[in-house]
Amino acid sequence: MSTTSAGMAGAGASGSIGARMGRGAAWGILIAIVALSIFPFYWALRTGLTRNTELFGGGQQLLPENGTSLNFKRVLGLASDAEIREATGRDNSASFNYLLALRNSVIIATIVTAGQVFFSAMAAYAFARLEFKGRDKLFFLYLTGLMIPPIFTLIPNLILIKNFGWLNSFPGMVAPYFLMTPFAVFFLRQFFLGINRSLEEAAIIDGANHFTIFRKVILPIATPQMVTLAVLTYVTSWNEFLWPLVVAPTDESVQPLTVALGAFTQQQPGTSPDWSGLMTGTVLAALPMLLLFMAFGRRLVDSIQFSGIK
Amino acid sequence: MTAATTKNVASNKTNLSGGWPVAFWFLLPSLIGFTLFFFLPTLRGFYLSFTDWNLLANDGEFTGLENYRTLAEDDKFYDSMLTTLWYVVLNIGSQTILAIMIAVMMDRLTNSTTIRSILLLPWLMPNVVVALLWLWMLDGNFGVVNAFIEWLPLGWLFGDGPFRFFQDAGKVIPAIAAINTWKFTGYTALLIFAGLQTIPKTVYEAAAMDGATELQMFRRITLPLMRPVLALVLVLTIVGSFQVFDIVQVATGGFGGQPGGPVNASRVIYLYIFQNAINFNDLGYAAAISVVLVIILLGVTAVQMRLLRAGESDLA
Repeated sequence: MSTTSAGMAGAGASGSIGARMGRGAAWGILIAIVALSIFPFYWALRTGLTRNTELFGGGQQLLPENGTSLNFKRVLGLASDAEIREATGRDNSASFNYLLALRNSVIIATIVTAGQVFFSAMAAYAFARLEFKGRDKLFFLYLTGLMIPPIFTLIPNLILIKNFGWLNSFPGMVAPYFLMTPFAVFFLRQFFLGINRSLEEAAIIDGANHFTIFRKVILPIATPQMVTLAVLTYVTSWNEFLWPLVVAPTDESVQPLTVALGAFTQQQPGTSPDWSGLMTGTVLAALPMLLLFMAFGRRLVDSIQFSGIK
Repeated sequence: MTAATTKNVASNKTNLSGGWPVAFWFLLPSLIGFTLFFFLPTLRGFYLSFTDWNLLANDGEFTGLENYRTLAEDDKFYDSMLTTLWYVVLNIGSQTILAIMIAVMMDRLTNSTTIRSILLLPWLMPNVVVALLWLWMLDGNFGVVNAFIEWLPLGWLFGDGPFRFFQDAGKVIPAIAAINTWKFTGYTALLIFAGLQTIPKTVYEAAAMDGATELQMFRRITLPLMRPVLALVLVLTIVGSFQVFDIVQVATGGFGGQPGGPVNASRVIYLYIFQNAINFNDLGYAAAISVVLVIILLGVTAVQMRLLRAGESDLA
């Protein structure tokens, strides 16, 4: 609908050649910006498919001249020692255990998302539907949590996790985000408030208690919003860098992709770094988010636009 | 029927409202999480800033205002605050102008969800991935950006390349600001676009009828009506921009460089806090810097809300 009216408005204004040229130029700029959003990913892929020796020749062709899967093989742990030496020009080069880090990222993001969305939904239900003394004050207190920058709670949380003996462990990685975040509670409460009460009232007449209503009425109705929140939580958790870095600075067995890739970068020498290996790792680390983006991109766009209107 | 229902619901009033006995169970997990990881740490953060807590010893003594006194005379602190400010100005400036441009163009040209999704893609990526993508593209020896600049006949404007963005103290902060602009412009544009969509198209149609040009419409209609959403976007992005860390840590920390380099030219405030806490084990001092940062951020937010008179739209 709005496209049509915008088009008509445009048609009304574009009587002159100048206005039409303006529209053409605007389209050109927009397409260039879209291309610029994708290009770095393509360039990383192209680099991953190229041998280091060729990169150091300085060629900037759009396609790899002699494409190779060697870099992908070695980052996935499938290449022999001889092949690694050929690729990096070094005997024992920096390593990046992609599959292990991928597994850790999946474990951390999945546990955080499942716990945070479910427990935040419970809290959101209490704030949206129950009446109890001090409800609004407690909700306001939760919201102030949004104002505190993460670095502020990072240090005390680190001490706490250390006291629990959870450094270098999955419990330590997920603990601060497992039971709630102020944002998740706030996000779901807004949706719960908008749900029509008549279904719940009918359920109460049928003798249902609040736990039944929560499970049988609210959760099914709010599934789309919970999925949106779950995607946002998964992305946030997957991308987290600072917290896993301080919880497990050196222990590869629990480090997620972000920290492992950061460590791989730091191990690179100043002269002739392993660019094709790095870019292969980067592409593989971006891949899960690319897949998530293809599945849920539209939903994410809608949720962000929603927060823009609010 | 209706009357009976109302009566029935009314008689179930206590059941409907729940009260603490019911609410307690719904709130229990979140209360534990909030108390342990948000509320008490915030109080503890303030407390730590008055101690000399050491991370290794996991112990410390109350030292009163000692940390704050040190802070007041700490040149590195002022230096990193200035670095952060310079970064925020460059990042928010370029990002906001670009985002407004993109949002307005989308609003006037297309409703394509595909375009909007693609613009959002960089925002979805881990900072480490973003940092590495651009570290390679901006590389001083083989980076495609340097090749591109060389190919452009613009040597008279930029000077002679190749540019070593991450080894040059004057270029490292602009480079990081540009990287984050790439990451966040699409997201920011989407927020602004959503705000623009609430402006009735009839306003533009009427203006076009009167012979207004696109530029006039932008200045007289779009810009004034966009103010509330712009206020929200600026509060979100400026507060976020002050907290830049991951990209600095990864982009300046590789290839034999020290995070925050070269020669501390990119030591932003988050990195300085991180270094004090993790590298020097001085949690007390790190906490004191964090307290000051929180106060600055709250101040920035308050000033912005006033300046932009958020919430008031000229549309109403």
